[in-house]
Amino acid sequence: MDYTIKIGGEAGQGIQTIGDTLAKVFARTGYHVFTHQDYESRIRGGHNFFQIRVSENPVTASREKIDILVALDHESIALHKNELSGSGLIIYDSSSLKQKHDEPSFLDVPFSKLAEEHGGEKIMSNTVATGAVLGLLGMDVDILKGILNEAFQKKGGKVMEGNINAAVTGHDFAVKNCTKCSFSLAQPSKPKMLISGVDAIGLGAIASGCKFYSAYPMTPSTGIMNYIAGKGKEYGIIVEQAEDEIAAINMALGASFAGVRAMTGTAGGGFALMVEGLSLAGMTETPVVIALGQRPAPATGLPTRTEQGDLNFALYTAHGEFPRVIFAPGTPEQAFYLTNKAFDLAEKYQIPAIVIFDTYLADSEWTYEGFDIEKIKYDDYRLRGDAFHNLPEYKRHAFTENGVSPLGVPGYSRHLVVTDSDEHDEEGHIVEDAETRIKMVNKRLLRKLPLIKQEIEPPVLYGDPVPEIVIVGWGSNYGVMKEAVDMLSANKKIAMLHFSEIYPFPSTDKFDYLKLLGNAKLAVCIENNATGQFARLMRTETGFEFKAQINRFDGRPFLLEELTGEINALIGRL
Amino acid sequence: MPSLEDYKGQTPAWCTGCGNFGILNAFKSAIVELGIEPHQFTIVSGIGQAGKFPHYLKCNTFNGLHGRTLPVATGIRLSNHNMLVAAVAGDGDCYGEGGNHLIHAMRRNINVKLFVHDNQIYGLTKGQASPTSTEGMTTKNQPFGVFSEQLNPMALAVALDCSFAARGYAGDIIHLKALIKEAISHKGFSLLDILQPCITFNKINTYDWYRQRVYHIEPEYNPEDKIEAFKKALEWGDKIPIGIIYKNHRPIFEERIPVIKDNPLVKQPFDKLKAAHILQEFY
Repeated sequence: MDYTIKIGGEAGQGIQTIGDTLAKVFARTGYHVFTHQDYESRIRGGHNFFQIRVSENPVTASREKIDILVALDHESIALHKNELSGSGLIIYDSSSLKQKHDEPSFLDVPFSKLAEEHGGEKIMSNTVATGAVLGLLGMDVDILKGILNEAFQKKGGKVMEGNINAAVTGHDFAVKNCTKCSFSLAQPSKPKMLISGVDAIGLGAIASGCKFYSAYPMTPSTGIMNYIAGKGKEYGIIVEQAEDEIAAINMALGASFAGVRAMTGTAGGGFALMVEGLSLAGMTETPVVIALGQRPAPATGLPTRTEQGDLNFALYTAHGEFPRVIFAPGTPEQAFYLTNKAFDLAEKYQIPAIVIFDTYLADSEWTYEGFDIEKIKYDDYRLRGDAFHNLPEYKRHAFTENGVSPLGVPGYSRHLVVTDSDEHDEEGHIVEDAETRIKMVNKRLLRKLPLIKQEIEPPVLYGDPVPEIVIVGWGSNYGVMKEAVDMLSANKKIAMLHFSEIYPFPSTDKFDYLKLLGNAKLAVCIENNATGQFARLMRTETGFEFKAQINRFDGRPFLLEELTGEINALIGRL
Repeated sequence: MPSLEDYKGQTPAWCTGCGNFGILNAFKSAIVELGIEPHQFTIVSGIGQAGKFPHYLKCNTFNGLHGRTLPVATGIRLSNHNMLVAAVAGDGDCYGEGGNHLIHAMRRNINVKLFVHDNQIYGLTKGQASPTSTEGMTTKNQPFGVFSEQLNPMALAVALDCSFAARGYAGDIIHLKALIKEAISHKGFSLLDILQPCITFNKINTYDWYRQRVYHIEPEYNPEDKIEAFKKALEWGDKIPIGIIYKNHRPIFEERIPVIKDNPLVKQPFDKLKAAHILQEFY
């Protein structure tokens, strides 16, 4: 079982609700799910779609071929008809679209008529459509009923009942009228966890003891703020929508200075405004975590689409020299654990830590058996209360063996905590002398760097342990690369090398990935950008030069068939 | 009780005769008279001559970036609303580079005390016009004179319903000290704009110039009358009022946040296992 369902229509038609609900039904049934979205930067109109892949095996990317198309407008049919698999079906409502299709792959389901007759309101036609998809697949409607129950609990019995009736009607209509349906289902199993990239970052922050999140809304990072704000009361977190991104990062630095774990999030354009604050974090050695969501730029670019174009920006931006870490999770699971690691390292070394992601990962939902809270690391590195108060003396920026000075929380001890964006002495007061400057740069930067580098894990190897072909990537391409390896490994010695801990660049001590690359016949770097920013970083850091690269920069993610096609073409040229 | 001796800081790098000395002395006296210990408060400062202020006394200090004092101060207050947080900035710093933050700090009514050393000129970068420079003032950068209208921070504050808006003068230390104490004691965002001669670069707004113009606001004046306050705020020229221009009793931002109703954020413990059940919401 490996089916793809696409829901297409205009913004505002409820595509996401149908998609989210179906994904939840599949996950609760115990199937694996992968979803991705494609939408325009508008509130109404245009063309959007939501794509779900469902299987009994883990799925981590979208495919080109679709099995069921739910068409809520004409354009969905025109644009996606050719993506239909041999046995694929299109369901639509001829009365809403004011057009009848007689081809055998079309099934006319009167969404709005059934909604009005059985649900009570036309607005429930999306619930009819959701039920109909389950009917086509031959699935039961019980799990959907449970989900509708939870979703409409607050709106009261009538709305809830209406929606449940609408779902059942849609389901039964499809079962009765789809003569062509031949989907075969896998056995249900234990319910799976279903989570998106942004929620995983938000969840990771909460589980890491984040207490303060300030940001200015910007796609694709807004979801993190929404998620944490929704949990703020329960978990004791202040979420403040700042007047701009400059304020957002400075507020986070203030909160961190005062003694709580703080985070901000933005996209490339907002990060540009944060850059002076990033440098301030570097100079004042104030821990901060920054979620940086990439979208196609320069400038406003393609606001709702995806790209991996800000790696260089994250690596090299901000004036002066100071340590930073950069993580680029490839999956929601990595996003959860790496956000935790970002909080840990930011505080342990008193540095900024950046979690870089993109729209594709932000919006994609994946299924898991579960995350393990025991694997979350939480050590409070700050000096507080009596432990701080009883110190005989205190200097915020004291010279130490490892460059890490004691991070005191101001206000609750007789000691003063003083820091400065100017070069400063051990106490934090402004200085100009060359000797202190040299000692401070040694302390702040050079002593810490090798220690931070030791914390960085090597890339993940997936596939043949002695590969002839290695596909290399970072961030959100994890899923599609992994499945490409699965598809091509039948007759090829192929493996994936995926980097999620990007900077400091991982050493080869734990795993000599350079040797592996050196022994391969073909090493390809796969990136969603035009210039191969990661390939260049790799060359700078290791001297390894990729002979082949696959780059996509049209604002869309790689699809499985497309990527395997390109890899095959490169292999063909060997 | 703290004494002035407890507040002895680094040696100031200001010009001899700088108006900043008057502000520093008034501030130290005010804080001593209020009985506040050095570790009990934090000063966030920006860049410019005013930015060096916290180094010249004793307190927790975040000397951050030009224009960014208020967001940092806001973050500190939200983490620990038991701590007195003051922001010290210059006119270029606060009214120029950080103008947006000022507007929104007033809107939020975060309980931060903002002291602006307003010398109507840029000192540290050697004499360019600031947002409060007199229209027509010529400088190396403005050889044809300043074209932009002089910013009126008091009128801005009244318009935005700033919880406390006052003007002081660095040459009248006793009056200034009283204003600083009022600003600190007031519950709500407080802006104290302090007129301060720059003896090196501002040849217009000198000690003499101010002495001839500033006057203490009449005791019968009611700063809680917004319309009267606006009239008072617009007074500038031959006569410049110093004192409390406007105040109100808007609820402060910190008190409206349910999360910190009982305990400051920094005092709230964290247990990762408490976060475990949140995972169930994803099934």
